[in-house]
Amino acid sequence: MRVLAIDTSNLVLSVAVVEKERVLAEMTTNQQKNHSVRLMDCISELLDATGTSPEQLSGFGVANGPGSYTGVRIGVATAKSMAWSLDVPVIGVSSLEVVAMNALGFPGLIVPLFDARRGQVYSGCYRTNGLDSVEVQGKEKIVLLREWLPQLRDMAQGESILFLGEDVRMHRETIAQELGEQARFATPALNHPRAAHIGYAALRRLQDGGSAHELVPEYLQLAEAEAKWLAQKQAGAVKE
Amino acid sequence: MGDFVMNKTKTSRYEMRIQEAWEAQKKSGAPVYILGIETSCDETSAAVVRDGREVLSNVIASQADIHKRFGGVVPEVASRRHVENITLTIEQALAEADKKLEDISAIAVTYGPGLVGALLVGVAAAKAISLARGIPLIGVHHIAGHIYANRLVQEMEFPLIALVVSGGHTELVWMKEHGQFEILGETRDDAAGEAYDKVARALNLPYPGGPHIDRLAHEGVANVPLPRSWLEPDSYDFSFSGLKSAVLNTLHNAAQRGETIEPANLAASFQDSVTEVLVEKTIRAVRNCQAKQVLLAGGVAANRGLRERLQARCEAEGIPLVIPPLSLCTDNAAMIAAAGYIKYEKGQFAALDLNGVPGLSLNENEQ
Ligand SMILES: [Zn+2]
Repeated sequence: MRVLAIDTSNLVLSVAVVEKERVLAEMTTNQQKNHSVRLMDCISELLDATGTSPEQLSGFGVANGPGSYTGVRIGVATAKSMAWSLDVPVIGVSSLEVVAMNALGFPGLIVPLFDARRGQVYSGCYRTNGLDSVEVQGKEKIVLLREWLPQLRDMAQGESILFLGEDVRMHRETIAQELGEQARFATPALNHPRAAHIGYAALRRLQDGGSAHELVPEYLQLAEAEAKWLAQKQAGAVKE
Repeated sequence: MGDFVMNKTKTSRYEMRIQEAWEAQKKSGAPVYILGIETSCDETSAAVVRDGREVLSNVIASQADIHKRFGGVVPEVASRRHVENITLTIEQALAEADKKLEDISAIAVTYGPGLVGALLVGVAAAKAISLARGIPLIGVHHIAGHIYANRLVQEMEFPLIALVVSGGHTELVWMKEHGQFEILGETRDDAAGEAYDKVARALNLPYPGGPHIDRLAHEGVANVPLPRSWLEPDSYDFSFSGLKSAVLNTLHNAAQRGETIEPANLAASFQDSVTEVLVEKTIRAVRNCQAKQVLLAGGVAANRGLRERLQARCEAEGIPLVIPPLSLCTDNAAMIAAAGYIKYEKGQFAALDLNGVPGLSLNENEQ
């Protein structure tokens, strides 16, 4: 069982080929955001490097958001189209969960976050499930960081809270101010998503089916125009 | 394309597969089946076309109803729908053509111009299937697609003049042979379709306004004096923003004087100005280029006023005019497959770094 895993949901581009017992190859960069240009060459390169023909793949895993709308779509459109054309399942894995998996084994709360502008973050709260998976506590959401931090303190009940993600740097001061010693920060090597984690999350869920047609991004928020339109509709200003 | 090239000293397995597939197809002499994919604006479309001429299927998942509520196409909403629809649309196109991916000779996809987020979904899907199944990939310019919609109706005769008019573009193109495009003129401001939509809004007509103006125009008399934008005497370019402003001023001034202008007459006068300029510049190009054929393409080709006027003028000039049926004038993937066929014959395939290019020019498209 070989699985190809992809994450293009933020600045990081990560692609991996994994088998049940072993990661065959993984490539991760954290530099340019031209995922549309680079992704397919990376996949082609990794397939060749592992001697994998596309027909040998038993499934796909992809980070399906939240993140950059365009980035998420490039990953999802690519993974679902490859999976559909090969008639194999594709599994969407939360982009936040992928980062949380970098802290497998951490004894407190694991909080991955991506900046979502205007003081907001995409975030969720995870706990480690042994050493092979993480489990979300409640729901992932887009939330104002200053509202999120007190909620996390309540959930943690004195345990440490580990903040992960490339954008933690931007908010480190705010977090430390609010949570003090309870907030923990990791080495930069644990901040970026690794596609190999997606590969294993996908391997665990492949038997659930994973229809290519049904795979869609999880943006965690409506497009601005839709949100405005809905608000107007609720106010009775427009009729459909 | 992008400048990030991995491991280019060695031919990838993918590149070898593509070359082999193309050579095997050429040797076999079997029909060429091209899968077209188009997602440049608000239609998710996939099609299968045989030998660049015969439409086996042409599935169009329109989002028009969704965007109507916003009064125009919202790029983010369009991109979201594309990613939801893309594999379903492609599967349906294959099913309706009674073909499987193993029957497909190449995948042709629109890579510009258009909305970048929307283009990227089609391009990503096309590249993904191309790599997964070893099927050659072809990048198609959207306007080339509109022009080649004509070949699905009637064989092209060169040299020819194509008038491409839609919500996004207004272009006069000269073609000396297959796959060669020379833009003689284009709009310097609004596209013709855009001007229609703006005038329609001023007349309180629903979105999209083009068809409503066209209908109203046929009920009215062109008796409101409006300018014709000819630009420099030898120019083939267009400009519609002045005309649009003149319409808005006419409405505004009348309202200030407490008069009403019959909307049908204003629509007729506006349409008269637009079509006169479009048609006369086309006929001048026909004479200068000694064209043997005129093609009308793009969504505005559905406009009755434009069709009638162009038909009458082409008849008077004794030059054949080809107008595809409406289903092939609006954005669709069959036209992309038809244009892709020309590149297929020449072996002009795109690499895996093909990107969506929102402002792609027709000349850039020529490698
Ligand atoms: Zn178009």
